[in-house]
Amino acid sequence: MPGKSPWKMAAGAAAIALLASGCSGSSSDDAEALPNSISIGIVEPTSLIPSNVVETGGSQVLASLFYPLVRFDEKSAPYPVAAQSITHDKANKVWTIKIKPGFTFSNGEPVTADNYIDAWNYGAYGPNGQLASYFYSRIQGFADLQSKDPDDDGPQEAPEPKAKKMSGLKKVNATTFTVTLSAGFAGWESVMGYDAFYPLPKAAWASEGVLKKEYGEAPIGNGPFKVKGTWQHDQQIQVEKVADFKGTIPKVNGITWKIYQDLTTQYNDLVAGNLDVETQIPVESLSSASGDLGDRFLKSPSSGFAFVAFPMYDDKYKSPQVRRAISMAINRQEMTDQIFLGSETPATAFVSPVVQGARKDSCGQACEYNPTKAKQLYTAAGGPSEIKITYNADGGHKPWIDAMCNQIKSALGVNCVGATVPKLTDLLAKVRNHEDVGLFRLAWSMDYPLMENYLGPLYTSDGSSNYYGYKNTAFDTLVRQGSEAPTVAQAQQYWQSAENILAQDMPVLPLRFSQNVFGHSERVTDVTMDLFAKVDIYKIDIAS
Amino acid sequence: MFRYIVRRLLQMVLTFFGATFLVYALMFANQDDPYQALVGERPLSEAQRAALDAKYHFDDPFLTQYWHYVKGLLTGDFGISLTNRSINDMLAEAWPVTIKLALLAVLISAAIAVSAGVFAGIRRGGIFDHATLAVALVMLALPLVALAPLAQVIFGVKLGWFPVTVTRDAGLYDLLLPALLLGTVVFATELRVTRSSVADNMRADYVRTAKAKGLATKRVIGVHVLRNSLIPVITLIGVDIGALMSGAIIVEGVFNIPGVGYQLFKGIRLEDGPLVVSFVSVLVIVFLVINLIVDLLYAALDPRIRYE
Repeated sequence: MPGKSPWKMAAGAAAIALLASGCSGSSSDDAEALPNSISIGIVEPTSLIPSNVVETGGSQVLASLFYPLVRFDEKSAPYPVAAQSITHDKANKVWTIKIKPGFTFSNGEPVTADNYIDAWNYGAYGPNGQLASYFYSRIQGFADLQSKDPDDDGPQEAPEPKAKKMSGLKKVNATTFTVTLSAGFAGWESVMGYDAFYPLPKAAWASEGVLKKEYGEAPIGNGPFKVKGTWQHDQQIQVEKVADFKGTIPKVNGITWKIYQDLTTQYNDLVAGNLDVETQIPVESLSSASGDLGDRFLKSPSSGFAFVAFPMYDDKYKSPQVRRAISMAINRQEMTDQIFLGSETPATAFVSPVVQGARKDSCGQACEYNPTKAKQLYTAAGGPSEIKITYNADGGHKPWIDAMCNQIKSALGVNCVGATVPKLTDLLAKVRNHEDVGLFRLAWSMDYPLMENYLGPLYTSDGSSNYYGYKNTAFDTLVRQGSEAPTVAQAQQYWQSAENILAQDMPVLPLRFSQNVFGHSERVTDVTMDLFAKVDIYKIDIAS
Repeated sequence: MFRYIVRRLLQMVLTFFGATFLVYALMFANQDDPYQALVGERPLSEAQRAALDAKYHFDDPFLTQYWHYVKGLLTGDFGISLTNRSINDMLAEAWPVTIKLALLAVLISAAIAVSAGVFAGIRRGGIFDHATLAVALVMLALPLVALAPLAQVIFGVKLGWFPVTVTRDAGLYDLLLPALLLGTVVFATELRVTRSSVADNMRADYVRTAKAKGLATKRVIGVHVLRNSLIPVITLIGVDIGALMSGAIIVEGVFNIPGVGYQLFKGIRLEDGPLVVSFVSVLVIVFLVINLIVDLLYAALDPRIRYE
């Protein structure tokens, strides 16, 4: 039969392919190979080069590979860790950092001042395109490392920047260096707690100012763990203890950072016992989480702040009374309870209360739910007859925007509609062009635990995220005075008075503060998460 | 035959460039600010944009960008993704597991669907025929988006029969549940097509002749009916590879399998244009080659078909 042979061939080929693939595969779970080790779920990091990390996945992994200059205590005040001491001059301009002697990278290289200086210069140098480079922008000479494209989108290439090294970084001796800021800043010590301020070893460099291509696949750090093998993309990153580490020694011997794309899948793995910690329980699973996990379902504060902004360019919302009235029409508690099932908390301040000096109720009456007063105020001030709230459709915001609109409708008796744009970029582009978007949603999470990190970018007139165009010179002055104050305590006083101005002006409508909503398996204990949504790898332990 | 193959290959080249051009144009149109997705909701500085532009050429006009891309493609270099990884490496990592998964899905669903379809076709109107119709309808009605997470919770978490997530170097057993689920995408149509094709052929003249000649039923069905009935099914299985790829986006996402569908989904979500376009280009090639093979199989199955 001539017809039979291709059939046989096809079947044979398929059988061979399957056998071959089956034989080559092995389902062994490498996580079991390391005794006394745990697994924590993350999303695939975009990079593991410290100056290029701006998301929690990468940040979390780096926290196990590197030892930061400072860490933060419960009150989010910084204390030196890899640094022996951090001192500054009277103007907060020149900071002297002395690093602890005797520390080494996991490849045995001693940690010196040069390691910090080289790493920071690399991160700040514009053409390297490092995503966290704005962290260095306070250092003197940062601007010289940037270049501007002369014709924006045109064919001309941007010229090479003036300098390759920031003039503000100077080595004093092998373990001491100074950082000169372009303007005094009381909170600089806190800023240096971020990932971008980790040192890089000599072994990381191919030549001066050029990182080895493979460095990011298995970064060598000065931390308690080192990468075992390399980063297995979209799968896992395994780290194991560094022998005779000089700093705080973690209790577990190794961590497998398991990479997941989908939070629900990750949750299922947690419930099935294949994963030890999930740092973010998805909203869909919140209702069943306490049943599935019992007392292993936990919450702790984090720095996220969700708010709705008023377009300052729109005359309809020009009156602060109108803005206050809308704010008072919102029942924040009901929103966090029913829509977010308690995973977020109501916001009644413009700065998250997790940072030092911030107050819980700085917004005062304007953030209290009071529909009668809201209506009176709104009618008296002549608020618009229809309120529009614009949001990006890709973030799952519809439920709470709808709820908010319903609250506005019933309290103020005006119509309220939610309008969508595909992405946040589209929303911001419309806002930039002063289009009629009505109110619009935004969110913020801090880079370093200081009130200034909320007040500066969000509300000062040249703030990087002040899209709504709020402008108040008295406020700007107070924030700047705070930054230049000689001590953090004095700075906080200035910042608190600045926040009081916000409560009068209501440029935005504070809505919710986020929480870490996480869970862990029965295998581990002492799971805590910090304000940066990272698991504390020094505290976590195997359950006995 | 040889001339036919050459002609088809030439057509494939045209189709390939047409398809990639379209995909490229669509990605380009959709992409207003791909860098923003990298940093989340944070603003990106001028200097950072300039550095990224130098690397990815997003500031060039569309045709120049496309030219950069085609040049890379012809030299076998797919470029780098927005997350700064070699796309060639990513393709090499993603394809093996997806091929395993798709083959397993095709084999399982085809084996079950074809044998059930044949039985249903022979005993048309019987209980088995009605039962398979009901099963097929249920499967058509249940979308994979709902079915896959449900099966994962039931068989993976609650019963613990299968692993909840699957790694890149998974064994056959690990892939069984995802493959079964993926197979449901094509199972129902394959079953119904086999069934009606067999049922039709059972009443054909040549079958009556064969029976009249006194051939054993086994031989009549096994050789004469099957061989003629399977021609449409083979085409269907070929076309189904495409459906499987779209199903793989869901199944690989749910089971955390870092294959082609997983990468595509991630790429689309992160607006990673270079990654999406490269993966789709390879998918286009796979699809074209499979269709060519299916067409060539016709000739082997049906002597009346001759390609000139």
